[in-house]
Amino acid sequence: MRSRYSVFSLLANALTGQKGWTPAWRDAAPKPAYDVIVVGGGGHGLATAYYLAKEHGIRNVAVLEKGHIGSGNAGRNTTIIRSNYLLPGNEPFYEWSMKLWEGLEQDVNYNSMVSQRGVLNLYHSDAQRDAYARRGNSMRMAGADSELLDEAGVRAYAPFLNFDDARFPIKGGLLQRRGGTARHDAVVWGYARAADKLGVDIVQNCEVTGFIRENGVVVGVETTRGPIRAGKVGLAVAGSTSRLTRLLDLRLPIESHVLTAFVSEGLKPLVPGVVTFGAGHFYVSQSDKGGLVFGGDIDGYNSYAQRGNLPVVEDVCEAGMALMPQIGRLRVLRSWGGIMDMSMDGSPIIDVGPLPGLYLNCGWNYGGFKATPASGWCFAWTLAKDAPHALNAAYRLDRFRTGHMIDEKGVGAQPNLH
Amino acid sequence: MSRLSEGGLIDRSKPLAFSFDGKAMRGYAGDTLASALLANDVRLVGRSFKYHRPRGIFSSGSEEPNALVELRDGARREPNSRATVVELYDGLSAASQNRWPSLDFDIQSVNGLLGPLLGAGFYYKTFMWPAALWEKLYEPLIRRAAGLGRAAEAPDPDSYDRSFAFCDLLVIGGGAAGLMAALTAGRSGARVILADEDFRFGGRILAERAEIDDAPSLAFVERAVAELAALPNVRLLPRTTVFGAYDGGTFGALERVADHLPLPPAFTPRQRYWKIVAKRSLLCAGAIDRPIVFGGNDRPGVMSAQALRTYAVRYAANPGKRAVVFANNGYAWSAAFDAAEAGVDIAAIVDVRPEAPPIQLERAKRRGVRVIQGGQVVATSGRLLSSVTVRSATGEEKIAAEVLAISGGSSPNVGLTSHFGGKPVYRADIAGFVPGACPPGMRVAGAARGDYSLARCLAAGAAEAAEAVSELGFSAYATPVPQARDNAITVTPFWHVPGSRGPAFVDLQNDVTAKDITIAHTEGFRAVELLKRYTTLGMATDQGRTSNVTGLAMMAVLTGQDVGATGTTLFRPPYTPVALGAIAGHHRGKDFRATRPTPTHDWARAQGAVFVEAGLWLRAQYFPRPGETDWLETVNREVTATRTGVGLIDVSTFGKIDIQGPDAGAFLDRVYINTFSTLPVGRARYGVMLREDGIVMDDGTTSRLGERHYLMTTTTANAAKVYQHLEFCLQVLWPELDVQMASVSEQWAQISIAGPQARAVLEQVVDGLDVSNAALPYMGVAQGTVLSGVAARIFRVSFSGELGYEIAVPARQGRRLAEALMAAGAPFGITPYGTEALGVMRIEKGHVSGNELNGQTSARDLGLGRMASTKKDYVGRVLSQRPAFLEEGRVSFVGFKPVNPGDRLRAGAHFLPHGRSGTTANDEGYMTSVAFSPLLGHWIGLGLIARGTERIGESVRAYDPVRGGDIPVEICHPAFVDPEGERLRV
Repeated sequence: MRSRYSVFSLLANALTGQKGWTPAWRDAAPKPAYDVIVVGGGGHGLATAYYLAKEHGIRNVAVLEKGHIGSGNAGRNTTIIRSNYLLPGNEPFYEWSMKLWEGLEQDVNYNSMVSQRGVLNLYHSDAQRDAYARRGNSMRMAGADSELLDEAGVRAYAPFLNFDDARFPIKGGLLQRRGGTARHDAVVWGYARAADKLGVDIVQNCEVTGFIRENGVVVGVETTRGPIRAGKVGLAVAGSTSRLTRLLDLRLPIESHVLTAFVSEGLKPLVPGVVTFGAGHFYVSQSDKGGLVFGGDIDGYNSYAQRGNLPVVEDVCEAGMALMPQIGRLRVLRSWGGIMDMSMDGSPIIDVGPLPGLYLNCGWNYGGFKATPASGWCFAWTLAKDAPHALNAAYRLDRFRTGHMIDEKGVGAQPNLH
Repeated sequence: MSRLSEGGLIDRSKPLAFSFDGKAMRGYAGDTLASALLANDVRLVGRSFKYHRPRGIFSSGSEEPNALVELRDGARREPNSRATVVELYDGLSAASQNRWPSLDFDIQSVNGLLGPLLGAGFYYKTFMWPAALWEKLYEPLIRRAAGLGRAAEAPDPDSYDRSFAFCDLLVIGGGAAGLMAALTAGRSGARVILADEDFRFGGRILAERAEIDDAPSLAFVERAVAELAALPNVRLLPRTTVFGAYDGGTFGALERVADHLPLPPAFTPRQRYWKIVAKRSLLCAGAIDRPIVFGGNDRPGVMSAQALRTYAVRYAANPGKRAVVFANNGYAWSAAFDAAEAGVDIAAIVDVRPEAPPIQLERAKRRGVRVIQGGQVVATSGRLLSSVTVRSATGEEKIAAEVLAISGGSSPNVGLTSHFGGKPVYRADIAGFVPGACPPGMRVAGAARGDYSLARCLAAGAAEAAEAVSELGFSAYATPVPQARDNAITVTPFWHVPGSRGPAFVDLQNDVTAKDITIAHTEGFRAVELLKRYTTLGMATDQGRTSNVTGLAMMAVLTGQDVGATGTTLFRPPYTPVALGAIAGHHRGKDFRATRPTPTHDWARAQGAVFVEAGLWLRAQYFPRPGETDWLETVNREVTATRTGVGLIDVSTFGKIDIQGPDAGAFLDRVYINTFSTLPVGRARYGVMLREDGIVMDDGTTSRLGERHYLMTTTTANAAKVYQHLEFCLQVLWPELDVQMASVSEQWAQISIAGPQARAVLEQVVDGLDVSNAALPYMGVAQGTVLSGVAARIFRVSFSGELGYEIAVPARQGRRLAEALMAAGAPFGITPYGTEALGVMRIEKGHVSGNELNGQTSARDLGLGRMASTKKDYVGRVLSQRPAFLEEGRVSFVGFKPVNPGDRLRAGAHFLPHGRSGTTANDEGYMTSVAFSPLLGHWIGLGLIARGTERIGESVRAYDPVRGGDIPVEICHPAFVDPEGERLRV
């Protein structure tokens, strides 16, 4: 029996030379068969397994991860959580995610440092203001919080921004105070530990190399650790989705693109919440450790390489300097690339199918992290009930055929523009 | 002063004044801040991240984990500057950071007492109750305690340059291998760039007392640098860090142009960011000393053996009164001997190996240096190191020493080799990771690949460069390799002194201890990436250069795997941290992005225009006149003047695409939903184009100027996007079409005049052209000249709903045309108007614009569905027939007016049926555009609402909670003014 984490467990271990700790999760070896296999040991996959066990009592579940858990996009994002979406297909889902974030730590007994310090989207024109008003109203109507700030409001919230000689003057912003950040690795570990506790097998270094099909039904997977059979196979592998579905001769309406993220050297507190630039693609927050965490646009070309190139690095730093010219002498410590599964309308897919026995969770574009709890929750529901929940009812794969796209940015079927 | 009386590569004739924590000190040209601090007896320079433990200078290079300072003051404050690479200049001011109230007495060092509570990952296990306290209490405390230095509070006053360079061979690192490589390639005629992060070429040679060709090795460096400087095909970039390897042989590099000066001289950037495109690259980045972990290994005075040697030999700075060397390899012995010869008192060499190589023992004996074989440091004491406790076969012994120089072997600087994902490979014989798969075109020579001997560095640099340039077709110059003698160096892997006393630090900056690694092991965080993320090992500003290998080797010991199988984390760019400002260069402030003024910008400014950003354009928003109290008053005047007389606006920002060729008409038929091939010459037509997914992309009028010649106009916002789309269609979809096109947006100034008096004004500027209603009807196009010979195109089109003309002239004639039109219109009271009035008039007229063409609306939604031809195919046709596009409940484009005429409308408000709550389920649509109509005397709006066209006359709620609005509005026809378009045709 593993101990519950608390200040008392810390004290007890402090007095006993840290000898009382046990593995946060078992490093499980794969069994021959499971009720459900979730491919992908990132946040989404582990959350799915957790909610399958917790909400639906389905505990004979394996999460298969080709490396170690959290080594993909779960460990490569900019840790932002928010529910500031515009469209009715999206906003209720993301608001549910936010509500799950708000109770996550107590639910899984792991401090994921969910920190609601605010997410501020800046606007720089009247048209942008009205578009944010439309969004802010949508948020309110879905039960989320939103505030439309004028310039004075932004000055009060983020006085460190460039108000004086900006090429695109800041006119105001849309603020979601319940937005913020979470410690991305801890989200992964928290879900892993909680899922493991409910009996889920977390199998690392187990890469899926093929699918076992009988009479057209997916009944398991081939892996580097041997074949594993399953009643249902769910994919939650983000940028690797197209690589896996290629094994099934399936082409999905997603493309893989590289997105670079950055962290600066540690600093004393400078940026309180998350700020996004409305006249360039740039977002910044500051981690509890002190580093500015920031990023911008995807590189724009299809790639499976987890690294980007200098044009985007420049673009991001330029936007950063345009917004906060006092950061010129601060240094970029590290940059890294993640592979984004960009969909044709910029919104995700959580659905049954498209083959019997197969379930999809993909198309997260570069917004997957914030969705982690709701994605897992809804995917678990979809796996358990063989039908989507109302919250992910709009995330059907066939929407591209029927025309029910959920295009927040309104840029159309060009994945590199979402 | 601990300055050694002689030697060193410092210029004793150039003393420099500097200060640390306000205390005045002196150093010399050639010093780093670290060497100058040591020479001034400063041993305590910083505090660690977590436990705020006192720390000294650990290294002599960019891998420094401890000696971070805030450099300079005010707007130039640079937190986290590594004292070890800061070149001393006169007047330098530095301060310690992350301590309060002072470096000497730091309250937060109490964290150290809580150490047992604050083990790896402790924060994941607590601070969860009650949940609300995280943001209110726990996190603010953590955030305040965390962080390192403080950012400046004012904009960076310095400037940064961006440069490009191209070469055959980029040599990274100018030590023995790099210099030989550059010489070989340079002599072969190849274009060579040699970059080194140091301000002086030479690398390790600068710090070692060695001979090359039987002369002091420094002479070789000086000769080589002199020759390279004289070669026209070689560019030397000292103070330049190549920080990243990217696709296509591109490297990012940062040159510190003026960081060694009190201030950048005039017209000189502080730093220059280079993008170097190299056909081949050769990494000669050397290696660094790696520590051994033992209890008390973090006291100020504990430093790497390489650092001790460097400070003594290169800088003539004695880091302390007596030094003990603790190592597992012969390189550290040489370091000790060099330091001793420079004047450092070496109390003992403690080597973990039971039997050191005889030749080393012989050398120690000759110098009278005491040797303890099979010894281990098990404890240290003193707030600043005062003694070292050594355990050996003969028991424990306490040795007084101010310096403990340690070396657990070398770690090659492989960083750049793994930027493409290549995993470093463990070599047991040198107990270190060497490059694995390198980026394309990259080779590695010298210590960076584990060849530590000086002789082999020289030879390998020459050989690798010769091969690289040979591959490029140069006949490699057979550079004679200078001779160097050095002894084979052996190392016995040794990571951690078991049973040593006190906290033993693996990552000095993040305070990751040996205990933390044990916790991570116990809790299952054993993979190197998990180890790193759970304990923060290697996540500090040094990226674990002195800690990663030791940490993972200690994990390997715990798991029983070998070090190679355990693997190492990958290095990511940048190699060392790079200033954001340098990458941004000049793109900041007003220069963040280009500014596009219209051809009449200066004229409009002279008229007192207020400008607004429209993408990159600056457009006149309105033209206030004295006495007008707010923008609305001005706009009302402009609208009224235009609707009753004549107004003028610059519309040059619209995209203009010239399309020619026999298939031009067919091409347009395929990109627009309506037909253009049948358009007569001399006529214009309004067109709508869709994206492939059936959503409206853009609209505008396109004119036929000749049988095979069209001119398309696009909206301002979509000019580039439409052009890109057309290029894609032509090049990818229909390469068989014989069509050429070019953007001419910049070439033509286009000015619109509108209003009942527009024709009377126009007649005065045309050169005898008949512009009567009969000769130039609505949607007619004429070509001719204006203003006595200026080529012009005249389009009778209108956005405002009034009789209107757009007159296009070559861009440089724009201002002249505006002035001429103003003069001609003066008798009619011609009024310049801006984008606000334009917007009011188009809303009054019910035209769709950017707010409605938001990428989410179909032609049918916008009431433009009937324009779509059923007789031809066009982009977006098939997908616009999908079920969702034809659903009953879809929104349609209608007008809105307040039920209470005094109410103000707001774009962004959502529509709800009366009596229903404001929830997503009741959401029926939203207001897209609003304006105050001076003609109607109340606010009017356009918007999209479910089944809108069937609901004309119905009242709904315009719900706008973010602005506190909730008012009844009536759905109406979108054309508020002249719905039949009679004014256009007069």
